[in-house]
Amino acid sequence: MAFHKVNVTINGEMEQVVVPSNMTLMRMLREILAFTGTKNGCSAGECGACTVLLNGEPVNSCMVLAVECDGTEIITVEGLAGDKQLDPIQEAMIQEGGVQCGFCTPGILISSYALLKRNPNPSEDEIREALVGNLCRCTGYVRIIESVKEAAKRS
Amino acid sequence: MTKKFIGKRVKRNEDPRLLTGQALFVDDVEIPGMLHAAFLRSDYAHARLLSIDVSAARQRPGVVAVFTAEDMGEDWQPGPPLVSPPPTAKDVIFHSRRQVPLVKDKVRHAGEAIAVVIAESRYIAEDAVEDILVELEPLEAVSDLEKSLQEGSTLVHDDLESNLAAHLIQKKGDYEAAREKADLVITRRIVTDRGAAAAMENRGIVAHWDEKSQHLTVWDTTQAPIPIRNGLAARLGLSANQVRVIAPFVGGGFGPKMMMFYPEEMLIPWASMKLSRPIKWIEDRRENFYATTQERGQNHDVELALSRDGHILGLKDVFLHDTGAYDPYGLTIPLNTQCHLMGPYDIENFTSEVSVVFTNKTLVTPVRGAGRPQGIFIIERLLDIAAKELGIDQVEIRKRNLIPPEAFPYEHKIIDQAFAPLVLDSGNYWPVMKKALDMIGYDQFVKEEQPRLRAEGKYVGIGITPFIESTGVGPYEGARVTVEASGKVFVATGVGTQGQGHFTTFAQIVAEQLGVAVSDVRIVTGDTTEFHWGTGTFASRGAVVAGNAIHASASIVRQKVLKLACKILETPEEELELECGLVRVADTPHKSISLGELALLANPLRGAVEPGTEPGLEATAYFGPQYGATAFGTHAMIIEIDPETMMIAIKRYITVEDCGTVLNPLILEGQIHGGVSMGIGNAYYEKLHFDENGQLLNASFADYLIPSATEMPRIEVGHVETTSPLNELGTKGVGEAGTIPVPALFSQAIENALYNRELEILETPLSPNRLFELLVNEEKSR
Repeated sequence: MAFHKVNVTINGEMEQVVVPSNMTLMRMLREILAFTGTKNGCSAGECGACTVLLNGEPVNSCMVLAVECDGTEIITVEGLAGDKQLDPIQEAMIQEGGVQCGFCTPGILISSYALLKRNPNPSEDEIREALVGNLCRCTGYVRIIESVKEAAKRS
Repeated sequence: MTKKFIGKRVKRNEDPRLLTGQALFVDDVEIPGMLHAAFLRSDYAHARLLSIDVSAARQRPGVVAVFTAEDMGEDWQPGPPLVSPPPTAKDVIFHSRRQVPLVKDKVRHAGEAIAVVIAESRYIAEDAVEDILVELEPLEAVSDLEKSLQEGSTLVHDDLESNLAAHLIQKKGDYEAAREKADLVITRRIVTDRGAAAAMENRGIVAHWDEKSQHLTVWDTTQAPIPIRNGLAARLGLSANQVRVIAPFVGGGFGPKMMMFYPEEMLIPWASMKLSRPIKWIEDRRENFYATTQERGQNHDVELALSRDGHILGLKDVFLHDTGAYDPYGLTIPLNTQCHLMGPYDIENFTSEVSVVFTNKTLVTPVRGAGRPQGIFIIERLLDIAAKELGIDQVEIRKRNLIPPEAFPYEHKIIDQAFAPLVLDSGNYWPVMKKALDMIGYDQFVKEEQPRLRAEGKYVGIGITPFIESTGVGPYEGARVTVEASGKVFVATGVGTQGQGHFTTFAQIVAEQLGVAVSDVRIVTGDTTEFHWGTGTFASRGAVVAGNAIHASASIVRQKVLKLACKILETPEEELELECGLVRVADTPHKSISLGELALLANPLRGAVEPGTEPGLEATAYFGPQYGATAFGTHAMIIEIDPETMMIAIKRYITVEDCGTVLNPLILEGQIHGGVSMGIGNAYYEKLHFDENGQLLNASFADYLIPSATEMPRIEVGHVETTSPLNELGTKGVGEAGTIPVPALFSQAIENALYNRELEILETPLSPNRLFELLVNEEKSR
């Protein structure tokens, strides 16, 4: 197995890591860099629990090889909050009850955050479309959608 | 007394950690020197294990050990039974066949584990699984329930005479006599099929045997850490105090993570002791489809006898229940089905005969609903058919049969899942159903809107389905409540948490008694070191059973606080109040002492104490209900069917829930939303397709479709509170409620929408494809 040096900016911090060719971005984040907020629900790009921002775009980190990420900027759930100040989407999730077991939550937050960056006032249909790649088994999405609406109002 | 905290829309204490990636899940546990496990699983559903050669796997660099059934020696034993076997009684047959840690002689379902590899990394472990040479002789698989019981069928368990796992007849009144008097008898075959719980987090275990301290720590995605601790200690020859099982944040449970004692749950700790190394195993999604338990396969031959005016005279149901390859969970699910076959209706004559059947499929244990949705599906389908045949409105026929409020507690004269008499503790059903009708605007829709939309060529339908949910079963839970010197309150209880919001609802119960802020109550669930006794989170019982144990403990602590404060403040107890973390004199609020100061005084460092005094402001108490509390609810929805694609758009979705005292509407409504979502999946998207060889054909989220954000409607929730007399808080459970009536509701609404077709839906789950097939069949039969 060949190993590769990868330079990435994660949540604003420069990191240099050495990864094997077959390692996914999800495993690099979880296993090498200990950003365990990113969750592994299927390893097949079907559930969205591992969604992170790669150069500003939400991606399933289980479907991206770590070596592809050289020179990129990555944001994980750990990077959404500022110093002691949660992001509006995080605040809205608390207020609206958007979290239950919390396993899909990191991916939901990232997809919602990305949506609000590109469309600060999404319609309900646009919110649903933006979340279609993030499966949740606890909430029925009802309160998640309300949270995104509330976050749009706040930001 | 007005409540300050209970019933309030309090934000969840646990959310900040979950929202910032700081909550610990099992897969996040990292221990220096930790090894990783991967399993070799059978590709066949039924096969004889002829030989297994693991030598190449053992030689792969990085592999530490490979274990087969043979390598386990005397430690190889079937898992313990998870629920008590049924009492020996007339008409009860029960053959207990429990799952095995690794296949020894015969594979009984696809995905059954044959060997486990322990290696330096998961990558190496998975590669080494491929190195194992295993010779399996395929046998004919038993997949179909009917065929399984036919003479000469292949046997799942060779030592039994047939694939019959259990048989039970329950009777109430005299069905045959009732049938004689009936004006209408409806006879149907109704079939329910399997689905998956599909929690977003797969199962996982980290086990760490520390040779030096002789202590085993296990992180497990279980709903029931205490039974797992007890079972591990017994099997591994350890004292319970040498084993600590932690269920940290768990990413959804829904039943299959309950007390299964899965093979992996025993093997990983066992291997950790053998190797004196920490070991992690995280199930992958494909394994979750094959090796995590499933539910809902039943075939019912059912009869409903009615009078001309729509009164139910009797119900008879003979059914088969699929238990899969083993039956460690006993009769819980079929008993639940029997207990829900009569729904919320007053039925005097009832006969139900169940045959539980072994098949070469994944094991069956409760999945959110646990037999209840099947029972409700049957009775509600029959009432819809009866309404049509008798020319009575669908709501009216239900109203005429509801158990009246004065009949509670209503004795059903059959046994429930705990083998105790089934008693519905309390209820007032019609106002709940009426509220749902009002919320959805039933009359207006049926009289005005629907005719108008039909005239426009639209296929719009309405459904309304009442249901009961047995909840809050025993045996018991306990809790310890401690006021700490900081003034904050610490609570430990034995149940696990998989998203139910226990860190908040339990804190509200404590805050109500002790007058502290909800955020100042720290709850620990699911850690056997923090609380020694308990069973687990299942059967919609957390808020009822653990909730009332916490209430009882907090009430005792309140008494201790008042007793001590009365001395210190020199004021009679009845003049004191607990507010804002203080005990104060009600009419002179500046005369007060904080709970933290009292906690220090209750635990002095010097001086004499009165005989019989216990230190601290702490209490442990238990709660065990006499029997389970039964909740009631009604769902209603309006749908539009696209006649080209058979896709269903849900235009309105209403639920009205009566689960007794509401602890926190924010959390309660969220649980209902999630239940409905799973119910919608059960009704119209999710079906596990097994072929005749016992092979699961759709073992991924690409092929097994759970509802996504675009399928889910908005849900409007109404509440009615009929408190339970069985516990002090008056609560009933709600965790499974959302799921239970949805398949019945879908069938009703679909038939109503396709008003110009002679469609009779007698199966669940449906799908757009299946609905299309049913309509094609209907056209052919015309």
